[in-house]
Amino acid sequence: MKKLLLSGLLMSSLALTVVYAAEEPNADAYREMTYGDRDANPALLVVDRGEELFKAKRGSKNVSMEECDFGLGKGVVKGVYAELPRYFQDTDRVQDLESRMLTCMTTVQGFDEAELKKKTYANEKANEDNTDLEAIAVYIAAQSDGMKINPPIAHPKEQEMIKVGEALFYHRTGPLDFSCASCHGADKQRIRLQNLGNFSKAGADAQKAIGGWPTYRVSHAAVRTMQHRIWDCEGQMRLPDTEYGSPLTVALIAYLTSQAKDGTYVLPGMSR
Amino acid sequence: MKKPILASVALSILAGVTWAAGDDKAIQALVDQYISTGYQQGDKQHLERLKQDETLKICSETRNKPSDEQAKAIVEREKASIKYPEKMLGSWEKGKEVFNTGFGMRVGVIMPDKADKPRGGNCYACHAADPKEVAAGNIGSSLTGYGKARGNNETNIKYTYEKIYNSQAHVACSNMPRFGANGVLNPEQIADLVAFLIDPASPVNK
Repeated sequence: MKKLLLSGLLMSSLALTVVYAAEEPNADAYREMTYGDRDANPALLVVDRGEELFKAKRGSKNVSMEECDFGLGKGVVKGVYAELPRYFQDTDRVQDLESRMLTCMTTVQGFDEAELKKKTYANEKANEDNTDLEAIAVYIAAQSDGMKINPPIAHPKEQEMIKVGEALFYHRTGPLDFSCASCHGADKQRIRLQNLGNFSKAGADAQKAIGGWPTYRVSHAAVRTMQHRIWDCEGQMRLPDTEYGSPLTVALIAYLTSQAKDGTYVLPGMSR
Repeated sequence: MKKPILASVALSILAGVTWAAGDDKAIQALVDQYISTGYQQGDKQHLERLKQDETLKICSETRNKPSDEQAKAIVEREKASIKYPEKMLGSWEKGKEVFNTGFGMRVGVIMPDKADKPRGGNCYACHAADPKEVAAGNIGSSLTGYGKARGNNETNIKYTYEKIYNSQAHVACSNMPRFGANGVLNPEQIADLVAFLIDPASPVNK
């Protein structure tokens, strides 16, 4: 019996070794082991703070964000993120979650846009807590957990935005001559040991990336949103700071989200 | 009865073609507009980085698949940009450092690099080279054994120098940055990289 057990153990550890050796080197296994428990995701604390901020009467007009329409009607948060970006008639623009938050906070609550944009992201080098914008975004997004990624594409402006985003994806510029496609245009590519999704085609890679964002980034000890992700990528390309919620960022997010269609949101996510 | 239907089909196909061409133009106009409004303004942002040269315009429009004619023009133009140092083969020890170092050059106000931060090529991001360095990317080809395989001779030294200085002098719309032409690395640093890749004493060729 003992022998059997031992050889069984040996076999299974051998099997494990083989599995790990056969895989591309990446951080996924580490993540599964360390952060597999979704209830232990530190982002949940930020979600709670975001909910309080969302429901609090704030701004010069002293109203809550429940007075805003994120696409499915005034006050609805459940499932709105699953159907963004989308065209909004009141602004005559396609908006992602965060540009829509700006609309809500300025027009409905009466905040000053320049003031809001002064500090969009927590600085991880200074060990800062997430900003209010980050907390509100992850709260709204988390209300689409488990839902299908389903951005609407019926409106001509939605179709146009996706096309512009696609063209931007291939647009090469900056001192390194990079476009998004330089790193995200082919299968199974890596920078150093970091795996890179291929977002030039619709399907699994885009679904995994978009479906897990906003995410708790362990290396930042903070929740990060899609606006931050785009800003960070552009920074790696050595380009200027992207303007928070600008049509440029919305176009890229619209394209990536359309590539991720029919995936599932698992929110908030957790990544390196 | 048949004729008008045919004619209208033909018309709508024609209309479709004109629409498609006009559509591309309209999309490109929006691309330009969104880039001009998509970044924060101000001196610290180095907005000149957003200006595409003729080569990158073609590479973007064709998604890195230029026509033969376009490719020929790019290679000629990019070749003319190359500045050669006295010695194209520098020190492999220094080159090892340049190859490994990830560089600064980040701009903006949120998290910029210090302007005097030493630059490197960050070559391991995309290429394997010294077999002892396991954390190498795979976007570019493996350069392990490069000198041994391609030869320690004038032709290969010149080719390698040119390839790093301006990758598009050899392959139009190459994915690789034009390190010398864009002023990321200076000619001496590039000569050191050439030595790291070609010198028989370099770990790349051990």
